[in-house]
Amino acid sequence: MLPWGERWGEVRKLLERPGPFTHPDFEPSPDTLKMLQENMKVLVIGAGGLGCELLKDLALMGFTKLHVIDMDTIDLSNLNRQFLFRKKDIGESKAKVAAEFVNHRVKGCHVTYYYNKIQDFGEDFYRSFHLVVCGLDSIVARRWINGMLLSLLCYEDGMLEQNSVIPLVDGGTEGFKGNARVVLPGLTACIECTLDLFPPQVNFPLCTIAHTPRLPEHCIEYVRILLWPKENPFSSETAIDGDDPQHINWIFEKAQKRAAEYGISGVTYRLTQGVVKRIIPAVASTNAVIAAACATEAFKLATSACTPMNNYFVFNDTDGIYTYTYEQEKKEDCVACSQVPQELEMKLSDKLQDVITTLAESLQYQMKKPGLTAMIAGKTKSLYLHSPASIEEKLRPNLKKTIEELGLQDGMELAVADVTSPNTVLFRIKIKT
Amino acid sequence: MESSGGTPSCELTDKAKKYDRQLRLWGDHGQVALESGHVCLINASASGTETLKSLVLPGLGSVTIIDDTKVTPQDVGNNFFVESESVGSARGEVTLRLLLELNPEVRGTFVEQPLTEILDNQPDFFTPFSCVVATCLPECTLLTLSKVLWEAKIPLVVVRTYGMIGYLRVQMEEHTVVESHPDNEMPDLRLDRPFPALQKYIDSLDLDSMDHREHSHVPYVVILYKVLQRWIQEHGAAPASYKERKAFAEMVREGMREKESGRGDTIEENFEEGIKAVNTALLPTTIPSVVQSILNEASSITPSPTTKPFWIMARALHEFITSEGRGALPVRGTIPDMTADSEKYIKVQNLYREQAAQDADWVLRRVQEHSQQLGPRKVISSLESSVKTFCKNAHALRVIKGKSIAEEYKGSINLSEIGSHLENPDSELVWYVMLRAVDQFQSEFRAYPGYFQDQVETDIVRLKVCVNKLLADWGCGPIIKDDFIHEMCRYGAAEVHSVAAYMGGCAAHEVIKVVTGQYVPVNHTHIYSAITATSATFSL
Ligand SMILES: [Zn+2]
Repeated sequence: MLPWGERWGEVRKLLERPGPFTHPDFEPSPDTLKMLQENMKVLVIGAGGLGCELLKDLALMGFTKLHVIDMDTIDLSNLNRQFLFRKKDIGESKAKVAAEFVNHRVKGCHVTYYYNKIQDFGEDFYRSFHLVVCGLDSIVARRWINGMLLSLLCYEDGMLEQNSVIPLVDGGTEGFKGNARVVLPGLTACIECTLDLFPPQVNFPLCTIAHTPRLPEHCIEYVRILLWPKENPFSSETAIDGDDPQHINWIFEKAQKRAAEYGISGVTYRLTQGVVKRIIPAVASTNAVIAAACATEAFKLATSACTPMNNYFVFNDTDGIYTYTYEQEKKEDCVACSQVPQELEMKLSDKLQDVITTLAESLQYQMKKPGLTAMIAGKTKSLYLHSPASIEEKLRPNLKKTIEELGLQDGMELAVADVTSPNTVLFRIKIKT
Repeated sequence: MESSGGTPSCELTDKAKKYDRQLRLWGDHGQVALESGHVCLINASASGTETLKSLVLPGLGSVTIIDDTKVTPQDVGNNFFVESESVGSARGEVTLRLLLELNPEVRGTFVEQPLTEILDNQPDFFTPFSCVVATCLPECTLLTLSKVLWEAKIPLVVVRTYGMIGYLRVQMEEHTVVESHPDNEMPDLRLDRPFPALQKYIDSLDLDSMDHREHSHVPYVVILYKVLQRWIQEHGAAPASYKERKAFAEMVREGMREKESGRGDTIEENFEEGIKAVNTALLPTTIPSVVQSILNEASSITPSPTTKPFWIMARALHEFITSEGRGALPVRGTIPDMTADSEKYIKVQNLYREQAAQDADWVLRRVQEHSQQLGPRKVISSLESSVKTFCKNAHALRVIKGKSIAEEYKGSINLSEIGSHLENPDSELVWYVMLRAVDQFQSEFRAYPGYFQDQVETDIVRLKVCVNKLLADWGCGPIIKDDFIHEMCRYGAAEVHSVAAYMGGCAAHEVIKVVTGQYVPVNHTHIYSAITATSATFSL
């Protein structure tokens, strides 16, 4: 018989022994492992590069009630890092294959999967978890889940009720760089507090693409943006599918032709695919590191066996191994997590389109498709909505109207809905003169 | 519908598709290097299998696992590459089978033999490996292994997980890197020392006589060069101080034309870009000190048939700088994008490219001469492209001179590094000291402190003795707080999965750096604390 000779011996040393670096609430006890296994319900968002690692890591840290959401299916290009998938799984739901694999390998672990978008679920679903761990490549989805967890907070006389806080652990990678963070919604910096960490994607100016190409990327973008809709190579309704080799090949050849006209070199099939699909390089090792950092934090939050990190961790192993851990500060007037009423400045002569552009382009908001509703004389009035199409068409003329023409005045409330949050943001209009 | 068949040969093979996301990082040549790599793992613990996992997935050539243990229930608890049913089976065999499932292109074998036996009886066992990864070794075995591999010039990566603490050690006598892929590169524009073709072209352009469209589409390198000539005429030298560069930027701004007849943008973007680029573009062309010391070393080497191609190329590079290059590295040949019309930008780009090709050609001829003098030596494979890559990366060359673990443990450890870090109460170095201490504890008591539940308290006292002895040997006082000793005993050598997964990911990438010769490995000890999510690297 081995000393401590049972399966969870390693984790139990941390859970059943006192130590100087534990959270003040920590009580060494065999009950903690039991709690981890029987009560702690954890949601993993994403079953891709980080998600596969997270499920493995959490399962081997003693969590057994794991849930995973992913709307994607498995692609050949996932197999260099998403280690729960095999060639035979291509085309299957990532969440399903990942869950079944972990359930099979780690006896006693029960992963429930959802082949869904996160937006398919509402507050009751998310409220049922003790902890959410995110391994997403989409900033919009991250912001949405952040908004969801914030909307679950309960305030009693302006005081936050601690038991309504569901911690969010979030990881992200790009090549050899990555980051991990711990968000205690309502208490510490949330995703929106630090939105400037995600500078918006810079597109090449259209005039460069159309008239003065200099880089191979310019030529590819020319074909993608201008030539494709004009020539409709695969019938007029077909949008570009980055996974269809015929599409990529067509773009590649046309881009090569354009590059040759201008004496530009460097248009390759790989570059073409990279530009069209906006591919982010990814490698197994970075995903392993970042997911592991997230799983460690999840374990700390769940067990108090160690204090959670405070609160943002950056990793880069291009030149040696570099990490930096620091505290992201909560933004006092954060649009998502502060209780401070939001102000939106505009001039009476601004057009509604200008307001929408501000919401989309300002680093602070970075909205995608904001829909605007105003409260005028106690009535709600839709100013602009992206869908349904019939409403959009009806409201479209408003975009060219000025604030004055729309009847908006200083101090009025403007409700803005966007895909980046499940919640509507209420702005108070401030008229600049 | 237009024909879309095209040239199907352009489409990617399945392998290229599978590895697409990583090929964008280390390229096809990096992949070839990885696929010819052969890595040996000693002990398929959680840290060990997690390391191999991130090597098998990207397509390392082959792996060998040395492990003479049987799968235990603890393995089932912390190692993903064993199954509940495999308790009692050979751990090397089980983990190898489950790891190879990840990628059918990777070959593997396992050896169920104690490492000490291999070290004693098969001195050449390690010769075939491009890198050895070791985990969970007692100090004396590690030291023997370290010595064997150091002498055989085989890189060794030691990875270790101890509770919430991770340890990574890279042992290599010398490692040379051409493609270091630095994150923030300064452009190489040579405005302070333009090559003749560039100078001739820029002189041929007359900004004043250009129409509005052309004027707003001149690449900023032309603008900055012209302003620089005027500046030098007035001030005698290029702007050096912050104040001067600010004044220079103003001078650039003055050349910007007014908005024309109310249409289009109010500013000329190419000028705006030029103003923003003043700080980087006007930096004098220099040789980074890291590169200079590599060149100095290269110039002192007498090439022999066993000299590495890197050093022959570095020697030729040194000769280039002292003659043809007039004190500068070869032109890099790549320039940043600049708002411009296609024709002018591509013209300028080609001038840089052609100069880079010419410079690289000079270096190539020199390398060939050296090679010939050395007689019938092993030809440097794809010499021309190697030299081209070498010259293109000349500003970012790196050489790591390592230290053996045996030297670190038994010879001269870097005491000043230890002393200065231990003065900082938050330094991760304290965990290095603790790991060294638990190893001494283990050699003395045949178990790690806190391994047995009923001995945690006694072990705390014993470990403290080990720590203080170690510190005394290094001439440091007993400056380590008891908290760290308690925490080490709490761990009882537990290999916690998420920490092992973190360390495995780090170790795998270090192996990839070693095998591909790209990116810069750790030199030489890296400590991770999962307590604070912090890490640090030490040269001890
Ligand atoms: Zn916030």
